[in-house]
Amino acid sequence: MIDAVLTIAQSQTPGPMAQATLFHYLIVSALMFGIGLIGFLTRRNLIIMFLCTELMFQAAGIALIAFSRFHLNHTGETFVIFVLTIAAAEAALALALVVLLFRRRETLDAGVWSQLRG
Amino acid sequence: MVAAPRLTVVLVVPEPLTGPIPFENLVTDLINQLQLVLAVAGDPAHASGARPGGPTLGELPNWVLAMPFLPLLACVLCGLCAVFKVRTKLPAIITVVSLAGSFVVAILAYQMTMSGGAGGGGQYAVLKAWDWINFQFGVREAQSVVANFSFYIDALTCLWMLFVCGLGAVIALYASEYMSHDVGPGYCRFFVAFNLFVFSMACLVMGDNLLLLFLGWEGVGLCSYLLIGYFYTKPAAVAAGKKAFIVNRIGDLGLSMGIMATFVVFGTVEYTKLFELIAAGKTGSGADLATHWAVWVIPALLTVGAFGKSAQLFFYVWLPDAMEGPTPVSALIHAATMVTAGVFLIARLYPLFTADPNLSVLTFVAWAGAITAFWAATIEMAIFDIKRVMGYSTISQLGFMFAGLGLLTPVGAAFHTFTHAFFKATLFLGVGAVMHGFGGQLDLRRLSGVMWMKGFGLVGIAMLIGSINLSGVPFTAGYFSKDLILAAGFATPDTMIGGAQWVAWLLLITAGMTAYYTFRTYLRVYVGPKEFVPGDDPDLVDMGRHPKGTSLDDWHAQHGHGHGHSHDHGHDHGHAHGHDHGHGGVADRRLAHRQDFDPTTEEFDPHPPGLAMKAAIIIVMTLSVLAAGLYFYKAMPGGDHGGWVGGVIHASQVSGSQPIVDKAHGGTFFGQDPHKVMYYVSALVGLIGILIAAFLHGPKGWQGLFIGNREKCDVAPRADRLANAFGPLTKLARNKYFVDEIYDALIVKPLWVLSHIFHLIDKLLVDGLVNLFGLLPRGAGSLARKQQTGVLHEYAIRMAVGVALMLAIVIVVKGRGVI
Repeated sequence: MIDAVLTIAQSQTPGPMAQATLFHYLIVSALMFGIGLIGFLTRRNLIIMFLCTELMFQAAGIALIAFSRFHLNHTGETFVIFVLTIAAAEAALALALVVLLFRRRETLDAGVWSQLRG
Repeated sequence: MVAAPRLTVVLVVPEPLTGPIPFENLVTDLINQLQLVLAVAGDPAHASGARPGGPTLGELPNWVLAMPFLPLLACVLCGLCAVFKVRTKLPAIITVVSLAGSFVVAILAYQMTMSGGAGGGGQYAVLKAWDWINFQFGVREAQSVVANFSFYIDALTCLWMLFVCGLGAVIALYASEYMSHDVGPGYCRFFVAFNLFVFSMACLVMGDNLLLLFLGWEGVGLCSYLLIGYFYTKPAAVAAGKKAFIVNRIGDLGLSMGIMATFVVFGTVEYTKLFELIAAGKTGSGADLATHWAVWVIPALLTVGAFGKSAQLFFYVWLPDAMEGPTPVSALIHAATMVTAGVFLIARLYPLFTADPNLSVLTFVAWAGAITAFWAATIEMAIFDIKRVMGYSTISQLGFMFAGLGLLTPVGAAFHTFTHAFFKATLFLGVGAVMHGFGGQLDLRRLSGVMWMKGFGLVGIAMLIGSINLSGVPFTAGYFSKDLILAAGFATPDTMIGGAQWVAWLLLITAGMTAYYTFRTYLRVYVGPKEFVPGDDPDLVDMGRHPKGTSLDDWHAQHGHGHGHSHDHGHDHGHAHGHDHGHGGVADRRLAHRQDFDPTTEEFDPHPPGLAMKAAIIIVMTLSVLAAGLYFYKAMPGGDHGGWVGGVIHASQVSGSQPIVDKAHGGTFFGQDPHKVMYYVSALVGLIGILIAAFLHGPKGWQGLFIGNREKCDVAPRADRLANAFGPLTKLARNKYFVDEIYDALIVKPLWVLSHIFHLIDKLLVDGLVNLFGLLPRGAGSLARKQQTGVLHEYAIRMAVGVALMLAIVIVVKGRGVI
């Protein structure tokens, strides 16, 4: 199975049945990142914004794994595993923060937190 | 330190260097070059011949050093008393013992100095304590600055140290009681400064170089400041201390410039080398001293310093104000010792002053002294504060001393300094006893018949003895010493000191005025009807208050002779029965102004001096009487005038100018020899002064010599009428000629305005510039600050756009194949 995927990924010539190449992975990654970014910029709900950042995270992870496959080494995958672990911890923290922020203002609107205005 | 060959940049090294180069050579080279640029002091001729005036004393034993260092030790011990919170009279005991020890050493040193050889002296010994300033800045031996902590001991030094230490010990004894209302930290502080003063004075008098003299000079100035401002909660005392310090700075500028000029010209500040050069008539570079500019410039600069410290001419204003200090301080520092430092300075360097063939500076000194003496005497005749009278009298008598120096009689000046130290101390201690006993009262219109009050008889006798000395009543010490100066004035020819006769006439008139103002004070305050108004010094008033119906003695016997007894004791013990002391009415009227003083239950009795004060008064009184005997006691052959002091001065380095002094003869007083006729003339002048005082101020009867008519303490009809007749002139003198006000308007106010202008410049220009630079980041910040909106999405958008832009740039650049 792995060998099959490897051959697909490495094949330079697309077959009749459209095979998933690096290009496809990167497209997916870019789309996910774009969705995440747009979501982050447009939504005001803290939880949604947080989810969007996670989305961007994972997009980057996909790109890393794809490149890792492409270059036939495991560096990118190892890296992504670390990123995922840390992202999990960070998610716990971030959600806790969101809960605290909510408790103080009874709203999830990011717009109310603007005291750092110069 | 000179053993190794020296490497210099300018001079060629004569032989190859062996061994390591000492570090000081590096410094030496630097200074050497600097010195070449400045071309300071040349090579003093190393006079290898005989020292001027005779052989050295050789070695004096090291314990002579105890003279200056015992007071220093006492100073440290008193400081420790303050640290350990001693609340007894221990500091006073330490001080008296150490100063008495110094005095004994001074006597022994005097004996050794005088027994060293035959008269005509000039013998000295140098005792080194330790290196102080000692370095070379060039290759030659002369290129060095040497000013060690070593002491030059000759007869003049001994003369000065005898009365500094002796009076110091006696006045410390007096102060032990006088300051007793302040036992505790203040007491320790007083005696620390007192001892430090004696140590500084010893450095000034005994130092073997001008720099050590300067150190002592500044030291006594500091102690004077500290002690004038002793009552630091009293604004007048603080201001007086500052005034003394600041006025002295002007004089000290002259002195320091004089010392620098001495170094530049003679290449040394040590007396031994200096006197050699002066005796040889050379400057340090071998030029002829008599035609060199330094021959009058250095004495002129030193004179400025001397006038500052000794309150002469324009500088006198600080001394009357210095009377704000405790009376023992006034007696020791501002009458007997410190203010004679100027006289000492000129006497010490008398050979330099007489090296000038024109004697121009000495002429100036003579005139300045006489004018100051006269000027101060006119003020004394008008003012009412008896302590201020003594202050101005000191200025006046210092004027006599300076005139004596100027009239080429250093013997007369030294003798007058010596006798004045004792009789003026007597007068001050007497005034202090009155001030102490009458609640700080010093107004001669509010005191009368003090001598007849209980416990004040001794004070009255002491004041009488001081007064006859000051007035120059025949056969007193003051009479002989003043005569020497007056006679010298008439004897000195006009060709040596311009207008010497006029100076002498001015001094003679001043002598008459002195007799008048002295006995004015004496006859008003000490004799006559018993009457007084107590002063308003709270501490001193407390010493004389007691409940009505008891006597002061009983009261003290019951409650202990504590000076600091509590303020409210009177109210608990009051028995209001009308017991009248005769003066009680006056006392009550005055004291009724005090909040805590209840005239219905309390009254005030003068508080007589105690054992310590009486002992001190008796000692100085006796010494002032005995000082007259010194005139007849020849310590040394040689010196036809001046008795003991004459011998002492002849044995000292002052004898270096003996050839000049010996020439100052030949003048006459109406065809007579002034040295003979002046005994009668000055006695007559003094007696006339006393009689006028008795006529104007004396009480009725024998106490006023049967010519006085004063009946009350505040009214002397004849004197008041005379004062009114002079009208504005009296007012002018009574207000001290408004000199303080003139100085205020001419110097203080312009300086005040100038300093405020500078303050404005500082505030507007300097601070403005700094603030401007401070505004720059602030302004820039106010622009940048607007970017911080606090809205999370904006930050995110900017970040996204930024990242996009960077990516775009990377892509474009990469697309062009640059990277």
